[in-house]
Amino acid sequence: MTTTYPVGQSGSPKAFDADLKEQQEDRGSDIFYASKSRLMWLRFKQHKVALFSGVMICLFYLVAIFANFISVKDINSFSAKFKYVSPTEIHFFDEEGDFTRPFIYNLDRKINMETLEYEYTQGDTTYPIKFFHKGYSYKFLWMFETDRHLMGVDEGAALFLMGSDKLGRDIFSKVVHGARISLSIGLVGVFLSLVFGVILGGISGFYGGKVDTVIQRLIEVLMSFPSIPLWMALAASLPPHWSPLIVYFMITLILSLIGWTGIARVVRGIVMRLKEEKYTEAAVLSGAGNFYIIRKHLLPGATSFVIAHATLSIPAMIIAETSLSFLGIGLRPPVVSWGVLLQEAQSITVIANYPWILYPAFFVIATVLFFNFLGDGLRDAADPYMNRA
Amino acid sequence: MLFYIFRRALISIPTLILISIISFILIQLPPGDFVDAYISERLIIDGSISDVEALRASIQAELDISDSMVVNYFKWISGFPHGDFGYSFQHQKPVDELIWGKLGLTFLITFITLIFTLTSAFFIGILTALKPYTFFDYIVSFFGFLGLAVPNFLLALLLMYLSLKWFGTPFSGLFSPEYINAPWSMGKLLDVLKHIWIPIIVVGTAGTASQIRIMRATMMDELHKPYVDTARSKGLPQYKVILKYPVRHAVTPLASTIGWMLPELVSGSAIVAIVLSLPTTGPFLLEALRGQDMYLAGTFLMMLAVLTIIGTLLSDIILALLDPRIRLS
Repeated sequence: MTTTYPVGQSGSPKAFDADLKEQQEDRGSDIFYASKSRLMWLRFKQHKVALFSGVMICLFYLVAIFANFISVKDINSFSAKFKYVSPTEIHFFDEEGDFTRPFIYNLDRKINMETLEYEYTQGDTTYPIKFFHKGYSYKFLWMFETDRHLMGVDEGAALFLMGSDKLGRDIFSKVVHGARISLSIGLVGVFLSLVFGVILGGISGFYGGKVDTVIQRLIEVLMSFPSIPLWMALAASLPPHWSPLIVYFMITLILSLIGWTGIARVVRGIVMRLKEEKYTEAAVLSGAGNFYIIRKHLLPGATSFVIAHATLSIPAMIIAETSLSFLGIGLRPPVVSWGVLLQEAQSITVIANYPWILYPAFFVIATVLFFNFLGDGLRDAADPYMNRA
Repeated sequence: MLFYIFRRALISIPTLILISIISFILIQLPPGDFVDAYISERLIIDGSISDVEALRASIQAELDISDSMVVNYFKWISGFPHGDFGYSFQHQKPVDELIWGKLGLTFLITFITLIFTLTSAFFIGILTALKPYTFFDYIVSFFGFLGLAVPNFLLALLLMYLSLKWFGTPFSGLFSPEYINAPWSMGKLLDVLKHIWIPIIVVGTAGTASQIRIMRATMMDELHKPYVDTARSKGLPQYKVILKYPVRHAVTPLASTIGWMLPELVSGSAIVAIVLSLPTTGPFLLEALRGQDMYLAGTFLMMLAVLTIIGTLLSDIILALLDPRIRLS
């Protein structure tokens, strides 16, 4: 698909229509004067899947920010009465078949005398799902105290959108809270990788020669280590008594220890290419300092590629955190992340009996997919002057 | 050509030395060591030990780790040329007795996965490039994206769950019960081959997905070049037009991925092995790391890295064979 921007038909009678006018400005001959960022945005907009993924990712991050408001129950509140309850059925039609506000039934619990486990059956009392319901109190946006939640039900029934775990905790609320850690670890990790990668890759490409050789050798060594065994070794070396916050930062540091190598290579390649450009040479000849050249001529050209590459390396970090936590050498409870939640799914019998504990996995996969699509779109848009086949 | 191979092999020696140093430092990172853990265990059993320092010294002397880190490193590394990798504290055996079986199976899985990945990427890549934007193409890219997005361990869990549902027994391990402690025989080999396909699918999916994309992209680029039209206008049969010219071009980027594929496959198989409880390096490395069994863990880390270095070396040689521009530069 060759990207061409059709020249707008000027002089059409509808040209006064504001919408159409804007559209024409978008696609019209203005394209030749459009700034680079505008061209990128136009190119990116064509990639509908990437656009959609971008919106979904924003949504996920919003959920993470407002985790307390969206979650139904306090993630630390457990209840022996609701062990491994399957996801609650939400009904939209009452017994007469009329459409009503969503409601659920209460749960009847009895002990199965053979297995000595609780069995839950649907009761016959209905409880409507109430929006802006009062629940546990928390600090809204870390600022002021409130107890309003997006939804909830009155005492007597239990709303488990994704079922409950072995201690009767609500998996939905935990997934929502886990998003905070799982989504931020990718961002923080990629930020750290960016810092290392841009500095070292930039130096490597800018100075070349011996410095370049040393840095490239280092990158080769790091890249030839199989990453998961390396992460395992590093993560296993974190003492168990450290506070969750320090462990969190150490894990991101460990993940970015390898992550920077890819970014460094990209930056090095771009810097080397841009250094050969005529405008850079002209700047050197007119006596501009190194710092000026880097800031004015090299960085602007590299930014978009670096952002695209960084977006594409976020999913790898998310998968890595999930895998490490799943193995029990990453984050540990009481910290809630998607990987920590999946720790409960280690035994095959648990999965077979209570498959809903795999719900967090669904969010891991969705996030990774969306980031991949978004990154693809950004990469295509990163160089708007190139016509891609 | 021989000179190229020789030069390329020479370059990897400093890399190996660096890797051995990093491996050794890594396994020393955790606070405390095996001796600490051992002593605290002894103290629980026998509270009457009063002279802890003397006990520590005697254990350290027995394990031969009383020297400084640098001396220990040289002791460890100087054993490598004659196959002595130190002593495993946990298993109370020399390391070299423990690792070869696991490394062999890891190598087997990695190698078969690599072959599986390359062949399926080769054929599916060509097919999707010849018939782009068809149902088949979309199905392949759908599963490709899914394969990239699903973490290995989840795929393993899922397959285990499905095998439990469909066949009644969850898949795990690499041998049937009757073969676990049996010596190697034809029957055992066949048994391994019967079990090995699940780890191969699990480890190979992500790599296959990205390689199909590479193969498809280069094929699409090449298919519309004038030389293809020329070949066709000469009256060559279709299969010859495809296989003889564009495919030859498209294979080079595929071969160059072997280098970075290998570390990924090795690390992927480590985590899959833990989930599926395969008797390969993964679970043992994890156990050794947790138990601070430093020589065992260090040797495993080192050997996995060596495996990937050799793989990269081989991929460079294959590339040089395929592309004269590389070997002559």
